[in-house]
Amino acid sequence: MVKKIYFQSIFFSFFFNKEAFAAESGGMPQLNPEFWISQIFWLILTFGVMYLVLSKLILPKISNNLESRKSQILENIEAAEKQREDSDTKLKEYEEIISKSKLEANSIFNQTREKVLKDISAKRDVLDKQIDDEIAEAEKEINTLRKNAPDKINKIAIETSSELLQKLIGTEVNKSSISAIVDDLSKRNGDKYYGN
Amino acid sequence: MAANPMSQFDVYRIGPEIKVGAFDISFTNASLFMILSTLSILLIFNLGSKKNSVLPNKIQLLAELSYTFVSKMISDTAGSKAKPYFAFIFSLFMFVLFCNMFGMIPYTFTVTSHIIVTFVLASFIFIGVTVIGFIKHGFGYLKLFVPSGVPAVLLPLIVVIEIISYLSRPISLSVRLFANMMAGHTMMKVFGGFVISLGIVGGWLPLSFSVALTGLEILVAFLQAYVFAILTCIYLNDALNLHH
Repeated sequence: MVKKIYFQSIFFSFFFNKEAFAAESGGMPQLNPEFWISQIFWLILTFGVMYLVLSKLILPKISNNLESRKSQILENIEAAEKQREDSDTKLKEYEEIISKSKLEANSIFNQTREKVLKDISAKRDVLDKQIDDEIAEAEKEINTLRKNAPDKINKIAIETSSELLQKLIGTEVNKSSISAIVDDLSKRNGDKYYGN
Repeated sequence: MAANPMSQFDVYRIGPEIKVGAFDISFTNASLFMILSTLSILLIFNLGSKKNSVLPNKIQLLAELSYTFVSKMISDTAGSKAKPYFAFIFSLFMFVLFCNMFGMIPYTFTVTSHIIVTFVLASFIFIGVTVIGFIKHGFGYLKLFVPSGVPAVLLPLIVVIEIISYLSRPISLSVRLFANMMAGHTMMKVFGGFVISLGIVGGWLPLSFSVALTGLEILVAFLQAYVFAILTCIYLNDALNLHH
């Protein structure tokens, strides 16, 4: 019901509008030539002035602005590219320096190591020689000591045995016979005592 | 006044009657809105071109985007030879666009809804394009009416059709803009009238229609300005680069 009234009222109002439109004027105001000349005049005047101002003053400025921005951006890009290239070459140089110094350090290290090794070996040789000399001397001393040792021992043995004999039997025994016995013993048993 | 959907197109005198000879060039509401449109265009683009900062502000961006938009439209449709006519097509596009858009404000007058205005613009374009064509190509411009690759039997008919279509360009160009503007504004007025006559109970439906139509009409206002400018470019392209 409400719907029906609604659409009816739409229809009637359109009817009203049409009535009013038909009653008020005889059609489109656009076709009334009363102000045609005035509209043409004002159109040419306003459009002409606008065209002149736009084409002579404003549009060149805008195009200038756009161009200058474009060139500025291009310049900036160029500068940035150049700086990047610069930094690339710098980086390369830096890397070269680093690798070169690494090599140098390596060679210095190797050289010093060699030198130190040489030094050490030379010193060791000297020391070895000294030690060998000392050992040889000591051995010589030992040998002389060892050579002299049986004589001294024989002497002690002769003296001790003669004194012993004297105390035991009360008479002096011929020293030469005792020494002969001791010599004989020492010759026989020397190996056992002295390790020769 | 409000009841008649056509009364919004009435032209009336503002101030005294001005006559030059037999011609009445009085200042009217149409003149007022032409001046308002041109002044706002000049104001916006003057503000938009004043400062040249690398990072543009809003109004500069608006001006530069419009500039590149129109310049791209011209180079796409008419090629690089159309560069000297850039300022004219830019002015034309902006003028039609601003007149259309001013018409979308309630209680304003739509300059482009008058056939005489659009017809003067269209005939100026038509005459200008024809003159450019004859200057560039001499009588060779008449080859425009003789398409290549047409059988000789059909040629007389085709030439007549081509001539008629060429001559009807100003009419189609002007009527397209005028009729679109008039129809849209009339429809909005009619729906607005429904809102009043149906009142608080039934007025909501036409009101929502009115809102939707306003959006559509803003689109049409832009689109018609664009179509007007791009057709001018196409006609210019015919005159500059004879393709037939």
